[in-house]
Amino acid sequence: MKGRVALSLSLLLALLLAGPTAASEQHPTLPELEGELICPTCKTTLDQSEAPVANQIRRFVRQRIAAGDTKSEIKTKLVGFYGPEVLAAPPKHGFDLLAWLLPFGGLAAGLVAASALAWRWSRSRGDPPPPGGRLALEPALERRLDEELRRFDG
Amino acid sequence: MAGRLRIAAQAGAVAVVAALLGLLVWKVATSAKSNVKSALRAGKHPNAPDFRLSRLEGSTKVSLASLRGRAVVINFWASWCGPCKQEAPALEAAWRKHRRRGLVVLGVDYNDVRGYARRFVRKNHMTYPIAYDRGGKVLGRYGVSQVPETFFVTRKGKLLHDYFAGAINTADDRARFERNINRALSS
Repeated sequence: MKGRVALSLSLLLALLLAGPTAASEQHPTLPELEGELICPTCKTTLDQSEAPVANQIRRFVRQRIAAGDTKSEIKTKLVGFYGPEVLAAPPKHGFDLLAWLLPFGGLAAGLVAASALAWRWSRSRGDPPPPGGRLALEPALERRLDEELRRFDG
Repeated sequence: MAGRLRIAAQAGAVAVVAALLGLLVWKVATSAKSNVKSALRAGKHPNAPDFRLSRLEGSTKVSLASLRGRAVVINFWASWCGPCKQEAPALEAAWRKHRRRGLVVLGVDYNDVRGYARRFVRKNHMTYPIAYDRGGKVLGRYGVSQVPETFFVTRKGKLLHDYFAGAINTADDRARFERNINRALSS
């Protein structure tokens, strides 16, 4: 029952998010693209820049939006003029895909390492005490301890 | 067993740190080498870094190596750059005046919308060849951080020590520009 509710909620959330994403791809706005593009000379996002080149990019984006280009088409054209550095986020293909995948890889590796450590820790603490309540010692150490105790008693 | 695992993990961590340090040193060394400005500031005459770029108009390419034997004025510019517009007439005049003596003025347009750059060329009556440096790759090799900048290449492919970081605007600038052209043509 709980599983079904979780699945339904996930699907609902996906549907809610998919609508605006598709709309933004088909009908992008300048303010939205300004946050996703980098001014090539000042290295900040377009919405933070008043540099001449940033104004040129704004002008180009306005023209392309008016011409009916999608967000991807506008970005592809801009990459053609300014190189991939004009994008605030790296593209999700080729070598740049690594930038998207590595954080998740790091997170997964961290989870595995933390789980392994937790498992080891819980095992070492959960070991039952040896019979008689005495901890097992290495034979050499035990012999030495016996000798010391004999000498002490004697 | 656990001890060995720990030593292996420590050795791995040291190796990763050493590799990252090596990468940093390599990056710093290669970027310093590829930037000719530091050599020019030190009073040296390095070879002008070669490049092969497509022309702004048409689909043909232009390379610096193909111009060997002629003196070349390389002018980095962009259509969004105000001072580039101011100096365009001086560059055009130099091209018209000295081309028969073996001078080539080569404009290198960077970080620009091609259509806007073409309009700029027409509006400013620029007839000298213009190359298109997509993403500013050649610009980086010359150590150019802002446009306009102008370099002078001798007939033997060496860069003159003097270059313009900024527009060629004043009468003094124009006199210095002319001197550098004559020096590039005669050496």
